[in-house]
Amino acid sequence: MSSKTEEPIIEISQVSHAYGSVRVLENINLKVMRGEFIAIVGPSGCGKTTLLNIISGYENPDEGSVCRRGKLSMIYQKDGLFPWYTVSENIELSLRHITKSEQRKKQTLSAIRLIALEGFENHYPHQLSGGMKQRVELARALSGESDILLMDEPFSALDYITRLKMRGELVTYLRERPRTVILVTHDIEEAAQLADRVIPMSSRPGSILQVREMTPPRPRSLTDPAVTNMVGELLKLLNLQNGHHVVNIKKGEDHAL
Amino acid sequence: MRTKLLPLLFVAVAIGLWSLVSSLQIFSNLVLPAPWEVLEGFVEEAASGRLYQDVVASLFRVTIGFGLAVILGIPFGLWMASQPVLRDMMLPVVNFFRNLSPLAWIPFAILWFGIGDAPAIFLIFIAALFPIILATFAAVENIPSVYFRVANDYGMEKGEILRKVTFPAIAPQVITTLRVTAGLSWLVVVAAEMIAGNDGLGFAIWDARNGLRMDLLVSGMIVIGIIGVILDRLLVQLTKIPGVRWGYEQ
Repeated sequence: MSSKTEEPIIEISQVSHAYGSVRVLENINLKVMRGEFIAIVGPSGCGKTTLLNIISGYENPDEGSVCRRGKLSMIYQKDGLFPWYTVSENIELSLRHITKSEQRKKQTLSAIRLIALEGFENHYPHQLSGGMKQRVELARALSGESDILLMDEPFSALDYITRLKMRGELVTYLRERPRTVILVTHDIEEAAQLADRVIPMSSRPGSILQVREMTPPRPRSLTDPAVTNMVGELLKLLNLQNGHHVVNIKKGEDHAL
Repeated sequence: MRTKLLPLLFVAVAIGLWSLVSSLQIFSNLVLPAPWEVLEGFVEEAASGRLYQDVVASLFRVTIGFGLAVILGIPFGLWMASQPVLRDMMLPVVNFFRNLSPLAWIPFAILWFGIGDAPAIFLIFIAALFPIILATFAAVENIPSVYFRVANDYGMEKGEILRKVTFPAIAPQVITTLRVTAGLSWLVVVAAEMIAGNDGLGFAIWDARNGLRMDLLVSGMIVIGIIGVILDRLLVQLTKIPGVRWGYEQ
């Protein structure tokens, strides 16, 4: 159901960034089209979260520029919900622009229906499971006026089975409420299953290794050969094909096995 | 049910043993007054109106001293957390005073404020202020930064962030500290009144000791203990507010 267009909604040009003497991002160039689903994959510390922060405007790059043509909403790995607010109150945060409370309530209810959490409107986040909490985050991000959904490892705090379910749910929600998505993840499988384009990043400094178009169009099953092939290729690209990070073993040097 | 019955059972057994020891007259009444003497003493104090006056005097001092510490301590803790220079300057100072026993201030309290309400209020204030400042400051420092990002994402203004993020985020920890410091205030008022008072429950038990009225001393102790428990039970109600439950159930 790829709703990709040829209209760029985000343009990242020649972005480089450093924290002190550590170069985190090196010459990043990327055009994201309206309706596209982009997955950025890479090991921890490859600068993918920094890139997301730069896209969202939370951080300014040392060099280069980001051009956005739409409103953003962001989903965090965890703690993105206010624990002192109920499910409804948390979702209403993204509906603050609606002045009529009746209409706000209506939209909140429709968001709760979307994530099938009817009956949990007045529950607090600590009374929900990890998967339910991320569903509320998704509902909140998708009920606002945003055009672009930025997700920073949204499912990585969940167990594997829940993670698989959440992928399916994300696909369903996006069918109801289409958005341009940029997903940052270290889960290669997740990237290959969900995205239109998968972008593996190398670390230190973080740079784009390749841009891979995924066929067939989404949604895809996890066992789709295109997905499994892409997982294999990404593992190779990220130097992880033997199940461990290959390093040069020199005498006296630490090495990972 | 069990949590209510078991303590009652214990108290009943303890009073039974106490009565037994007293009726055997092993110790003199000066060492251990009998339960019925304590009860008589209590009735005497209650009937004369002195008990009521002492309770009111002590509660008044705690309310004012503790109230002032809350009103000034929480904003100061928030301010400290928002100003790095102030934090660097004041954190060691606050820590120093927090670790200084409030009782060490008694001589100054008497010199500066004489005898009566003022020195006790001052001592309670000193005892509660520094832990409240420190706890508020630490609670703000520990707020996960993602909450502020979310607030920003959804367009909250500065004042709104304070009301809708900072306050609710620190509430559970601050409430816990209020319980602890209210208890501390209740301890301090007794000590303050024993030395710098002419009424109040602390003065009453000191006066009983001077008059060798051990029955009144024990009845005073029991009243002090019970009021302390009631104060804590009252403050526990704050932890039952739905919007702060998350802080206690994780």
